[in-house]
Amino acid sequence: MKTYLPSILLVTLIAAPTLVFAQVKADNATTVMTKSFKERGQAKLDRLNQDKAMAACTEYATKPMPSKVAAAITAENLAAIPFPKDGNYLGDWKAGERIAQSGVGKQFSDNPANPSGGNCYACHQLSPQELSYGTIGASLYQFGKNRAYSPEIAKYAYGKIYNSQAYLACSNMPRFGHNQILTEAQIKDLVALLMNPESPVNK
Amino acid sequence: MKPANVAAASLNRQAQLIASVMFLIIGFALSTASHAQTTKVAAAVAKAKQDAAPPKSIDPTLREIEKYREALADGNPADLWEARGEDLWKQKRGPNKVSLEQCDLGLGEGVVKGVYASLPKYFADTDKVEDLETRLVTCMVLLQGFTYEQAKKAPFGSADNRSTMEALVAYVTANSRGTKMRVALNHPKEKEAFEIGKKMFFHRGGSHDFSCATCHAQDNIRIRLQELPNLTKQAPAQRAYTSWPAYRVSQGELRTFQWRLFDCFRQQRFPELDFTSQGSVALTMYLARNANDGVLTAPSIKR
Repeated sequence: MKTYLPSILLVTLIAAPTLVFAQVKADNATTVMTKSFKERGQAKLDRLNQDKAMAACTEYATKPMPSKVAAAITAENLAAIPFPKDGNYLGDWKAGERIAQSGVGKQFSDNPANPSGGNCYACHQLSPQELSYGTIGASLYQFGKNRAYSPEIAKYAYGKIYNSQAYLACSNMPRFGHNQILTEAQIKDLVALLMNPESPVNK
Repeated sequence: MKPANVAAASLNRQAQLIASVMFLIIGFALSTASHAQTTKVAAAVAKAKQDAAPPKSIDPTLREIEKYREALADGNPADLWEARGEDLWKQKRGPNKVSLEQCDLGLGEGVVKGVYASLPKYFADTDKVEDLETRLVTCMVLLQGFTYEQAKKAPFGSADNRSTMEALVAYVTANSRGTKMRVALNHPKEKEAFEIGKKMFFHRGGSHDFSCATCHAQDNIRIRLQELPNLTKQAPAQRAYTSWPAYRVSQGELRTFQWRLFDCFRQQRFPELDFTSQGSVALTMYLARNANDGVLTAPSIKR
């Protein structure tokens, strides 16, 4: 034991300041960030806070995420989805199209009294008539048609919109239901836009 | 007149003649040099724009947007901001009634030419890393005697509330057109700013789980029809960073890089990024450094 003590002491002496320094650096970034924003309208400072998923996704943003961490994120988020009790996932596709077009909601410049949109077209192709669509997410053109309008897929679409990280850890897609951006009814309207055979998405 | 005086007068005339000929030659040389300098800058900017231009799009909708952008570039109202900024720079203003001509933007007192390429940087007098906007605030306070509140008032102007800051930024950045970005990470505080900025870039938060990286860490993606530069890579970071500040057609205003960050965070659903805050400068440091060796073309014009 005596022979090990000096080397343990030495290692501690070298390692401790390095660890402390790394910690201070990370804390410093958080402190600077908190001090650099001010609340405005509905966007309070708690918007900078992170839940477990956000923290892990930030930590592993520039390095591969261990599969265990990813699995924990998806499991936890899946368990948190309250699927509609009546088992009905399809609302009104016409209302869904309007929600997919609207980009308002949750910005400090938005009136919180108005309902939020999903802004789906910012990232996805949906109805072919809309040429102004983004490419951050996959094309959803003919989403239902290509999947034989299966009820399991309707449930998946509901879950994916409600909480995207239930299926893919650190997805770029907002967790619309989980973070109370869209209501259950609005998400059903979006599922109808994807799954109703009459929807322009499937034409 | 005595012969000696005549000789002296003749000598004097000769000297005057030689002097005026010399003056003409030097003047001509100077004007040629300055003309050559202007042409050189214009050529460098044109080349940078050509180099910076993203590859021509195959998508017909994007092609039309590219044509629109090319048409826009013909007449850039940023000139008006540049001229107003030059006046503001040279005017004796503030309680101390002095101009900003003694302001050190990083390359010495009063030097405007090329300064934007080295910013943000560490300044010993404030013991802080400052970007252009922050440094202008510092000079307005330390030189002209304004309070911080006065100097930071109206950082983003509108038609009935013109911004002093936007005009000054237009003037200073216009004098860096054609200059290569050379942001240094020598001072420990410069390194720290870069690291904090990088952390902010990847920080996910808000109601939508967004970080800067959500939109700006992938190649060849767009939001609606707007192409999104991958700001973690040098070439697209150069294209994006060197085109700010910019006259925004949709707003009828010239917008600074601080505004660009402010409005990104608004859309990111974050709270308001405080103008010239330490975090805003840190994020600018991260993005500016990633754009090093890019040639500044701003103030540019955007839709």
